[in-house]
Amino acid sequence: MGLRKRPLSFYFLAVFFGLFVLFLYGPMIGIFMLSLQGPDGGLTFPLRGFSFYWLGQVFQEQRVGNFVEAFQRSLLLGLAVTVLSVIVSVLAGLAFRSRFRGSSFVFYLTISSLIVPSVLISLGIGIAFQVSGVQTDWFSSGLGAHLTWTVPFAFLIMIGVFNRFNPSYEEAARDLGASDVTTFGEVVLPLIAPSLVGIALLGFTLSYDEFTRTSLVSGQDNTLPLEIFGMTTNVTSPALYALGTLTTVFSFSLIAIAFAAFQFFARRQES
Amino acid sequence: MHKAWKTVQPYLLATPQTLIFLLFLVFPIAMIVIVSFWQFNGYAMVPAFTLDNYVSIFTSKVSVATYVNTFKYVFLVWFFSLALAFPVAYFLAFHIHNQRLQIILFLVCTVPFWTSNIIRMISWIPVLGKEGLVNQLLMGLQLTQQPVEFFLYSDFAVVLGMVHLYTFFMIAPIFNSLMRIDRRLITAAVDMGASGFQTLKEVILPLSAPGIAIGSIFIVTLVMGEFVTVRLMGGGQSASVGKLISTQIGSLQYPLAAANAVILLAVTLILVMAILRVVDIRQEL
Repeated sequence: MGLRKRPLSFYFLAVFFGLFVLFLYGPMIGIFMLSLQGPDGGLTFPLRGFSFYWLGQVFQEQRVGNFVEAFQRSLLLGLAVTVLSVIVSVLAGLAFRSRFRGSSFVFYLTISSLIVPSVLISLGIGIAFQVSGVQTDWFSSGLGAHLTWTVPFAFLIMIGVFNRFNPSYEEAARDLGASDVTTFGEVVLPLIAPSLVGIALLGFTLSYDEFTRTSLVSGQDNTLPLEIFGMTTNVTSPALYALGTLTTVFSFSLIAIAFAAFQFFARRQES
Repeated sequence: MHKAWKTVQPYLLATPQTLIFLLFLVFPIAMIVIVSFWQFNGYAMVPAFTLDNYVSIFTSKVSVATYVNTFKYVFLVWFFSLALAFPVAYFLAFHIHNQRLQIILFLVCTVPFWTSNIIRMISWIPVLGKEGLVNQLLMGLQLTQQPVEFFLYSDFAVVLGMVHLYTFFMIAPIFNSLMRIDRRLITAAVDMGASGFQTLKEVILPLSAPGIAIGSIFIVTLVMGEFVTVRLMGGGQSASVGKLISTQIGSLQYPLAAANAVILLAVTLILVMAILRVVDIRQEL
């Protein structure tokens, strides 16, 4: 099999794929390099010296806006969104294993959240809060706005997971006298754990980086993407890139941790 | 008792999710529709019925041109992301036989999607800017004497930025449907004497149509409401309905923004329905 002669199209497509990856990563690697310049570095190439000066500047409050507090807010919001998305989608996923009246209503309601342009969610929640006389805030209206983005993805993953799920394990547990809750905790949960890691990671990163759905409903305080967006208009130094580098490194580490966790749960299932 | 519990159970389990969407999707959109018929004076909205907001949108040359420009973005971004995504997904699905490598390369395409859109936008400045890499290269090669300003803050930059952000939404569904194609169908086509191109056109393309449709729906809905990319990559030069809405909100013209939002939603839904009429995507779930 491995010795089969590769067709010409393979090499052509391999080059195409390589260029595509360069297109995806090239600019980001560019700002990563630019953020490691010396103190007299500028916004464009060529690089001027090497230092961690601009990374340090990010934490100097007066220079670059208040990044630390915005980061804390985004972190907390992301965690809340993650936990809620996982719980809500697992419950709904369980519900969808049996046919119930109104199931297609709930299904299309959830999917339609992906089809409505993000700016509408933001505007709508903003207006709804305003008309109801409630202050918008990142932990109330912002949280709701984020859930309309993360829950549909989580739900679709859960539907896929339970479609492939073999119910005979549960039947065995029940035959041995386990209650619904015990069956879920001891049998179902360990089996779906790797997928839950995936949902959690997706939920967190979607929320952590979300701009459009947050833009009109975050109230007085900015989340990190809003803070960065504000900086794009008034920061004209590599500190902007440095902040980009830092939060990208943070996202990438999360992906790595989640991937390790996924492998851990998956391996434990095999043994 | 037990039987009654079994009937109620799915309803209880689905309740939290249903509530979230009623509260943060249905209710807000209903409010948008209502407010779009309200009046507004300089600083507040007034609950009184009027069609003025819609009339002023349809009679304004600027807003009509903005809608046309938004369609232009949707079409161009859709076209280029499909042109990128199909070969990439095809390469991964049919040319990479080592499953582990296949997963790794797919993840390589996925990873940038997990990071901030705004930072991915900013990262084009040192590439496309007036003193950016592309201009330095062109001037170094003596292809141009003066830096080309058209690369950044232009429609070109907006489309490029959105393709960069959203191509993944095209790759994933196409890859998914390519992976589901029964490989024996391709062997059969080859055995019947089909050329590589014929197999692609007659077998693979029709079977991947649902994936292309799902990707297209994503692209349409993402680009329709876009205003971040339009603002950052277009500078002040480019307009889209999303940006129009955000500008109107900025100047507190909520009823006008709401009317635009209703039209935007209607147009988006029409496009999505049109795609769904062409292909049945339910087989993908």
